[in-house]
Amino acid sequence: MSTDQTIVIIGAGQAGGQAAASLRLMGFEGAIHLVGDESAPPYQRPPLSKAYLKGQLERERLFLKPLQYYEDNAITFHEGVSATAIDRHTKTVALSNGDSLSYTKLIIATGSRPRALPLPGADLGNVFDLRTLDDIDVLKPQMQEGRRLLIIGAGYIGLEAAAVASELGLQVTVLEMAERVLARVTSPVMSEFYQKLHETHGVTIRTGVSLSKLTGEGQVSAGELKDGEIIPCDLVLVGIGILPNEEIAADAGVACANGILVDRDALTNDPDIYAIGDCAHRPLVHYGRDGRLESVHNAIEQGKIAAAHICGKPRPAEDVPWFWSDQYDVKLQIAGLSQGYTDYAVRGEPTKGSFAVFYFRDGALISVDAVNAPPEFLTAKRLLAAGASVDPEAVTDISVSMKDIMATALAR
Amino acid sequence: MVKITYIDHEGTGRDVDANVGESVMEAAVRNNIPGIDADCGGACACATCHVYVDEAFLDKTGTKEAMEESMLDFADGVQENSRLSCQISVSADLEGLKVTTPESQH
Repeated sequence: MSTDQTIVIIGAGQAGGQAAASLRLMGFEGAIHLVGDESAPPYQRPPLSKAYLKGQLERERLFLKPLQYYEDNAITFHEGVSATAIDRHTKTVALSNGDSLSYTKLIIATGSRPRALPLPGADLGNVFDLRTLDDIDVLKPQMQEGRRLLIIGAGYIGLEAAAVASELGLQVTVLEMAERVLARVTSPVMSEFYQKLHETHGVTIRTGVSLSKLTGEGQVSAGELKDGEIIPCDLVLVGIGILPNEEIAADAGVACANGILVDRDALTNDPDIYAIGDCAHRPLVHYGRDGRLESVHNAIEQGKIAAAHICGKPRPAEDVPWFWSDQYDVKLQIAGLSQGYTDYAVRGEPTKGSFAVFYFRDGALISVDAVNAPPEFLTAKRLLAAGASVDPEAVTDISVSMKDIMATALAR
Repeated sequence: MVKITYIDHEGTGRDVDANVGESVMEAAVRNNIPGIDADCGGACACATCHVYVDEAFLDKTGTKEAMEESMLDFADGVQENSRLSCQISVSADLEGLKVTTPESQH
């Protein structure tokens, strides 16, 4: 790879940071520009709603690499700068500070943004999103014991924040429009487990309710439901999903459809432009379909894939998608994607705090939710990677170890 | 500062000055040590920071909790001295610690 090439990476999150680091590890010797609109170098986002929110981690410990790393590795980090437009004909990117950067190859790693609450009062004070380090740095001082926190949305972000807030002594109410928590991402048995877990910790969970507006004088003081009920609060946290930051690509004519469309090498329909991480809509090779993944695993994997393609190296392995969520002392590990399951089997007793749900589609294993159950998680990752399935009946027998179940499944 | 040596599967050692209080994984990632990916960032969720601890330091690196034990049980190439480096906290006692990364992580 010649040294006169320039890679521009738009977005300095987990994916962008990984791409930059992987390019150098793989021997790329040209210029690398990493453009990030946040006030920090690439950092870990998952602890934001967990240990960092709780005050157990200092800011610098979230950084994936210390600031010095970028200087030492000749990666020009443009901090607090966003890309405003891509010109594919001149192969340049315009920046918010008025500069422009020419690229040989461009990597779009713009991530995603919180879906805005489409209701009156969403712009009141003390209404927070939970996405960036800066979001948490303004929220954290407000998370004081005794305060009433209203969380809109019972997805993973909302529930993780609820767990931290209740541990910090806040009075927490979670509102969810669907009939159960985590409805979009998991099965009823998991929803019931998490609802009970939170209720045991004193969190009020209200499902099947619609908020009509937030009210207050300058600062939020209540949420009002469609039926007129008023829920007084001191703070509001909005966690109703995220949207891919695809506009800069779409405006430049790069193909998008719920994310920037890419192939297995993370290439878009422009041979000089890649898209990686939350903003990319990618082939899900284990599932024979495309989709967008919102996860650390995906950000890291696609960062490596794009770097490898640029360096002319073989494509790194495409792992089975995986996720985790920490709430209280419960660790959930998810292997695979359960969307579209037709059947599921439960291994272990949810009431005992350690169990796993195995999801099947037309008889084939597609995913496992493992609650305080690493063997089930790790077995599932391997089975899914190997395209092997298990017998739904067999997994419910806890007298047979996961190692034995795995051996049987792989031998089939 | 506590000196830790990371030895890769080919036997090449790299010395790092670790800070007291950070994990053996964090010190590795900060210093670009190959073979320690730590995809989950230290949440004990991914088992990509597996290391073999030098026998002389086994007592000083503490005991494994159930979650770590369970994750390691399914990692590749597990030995008696296997640990997840995200679960080892750096203390002055660990001065001169040597850990080796498994071949499967390279």
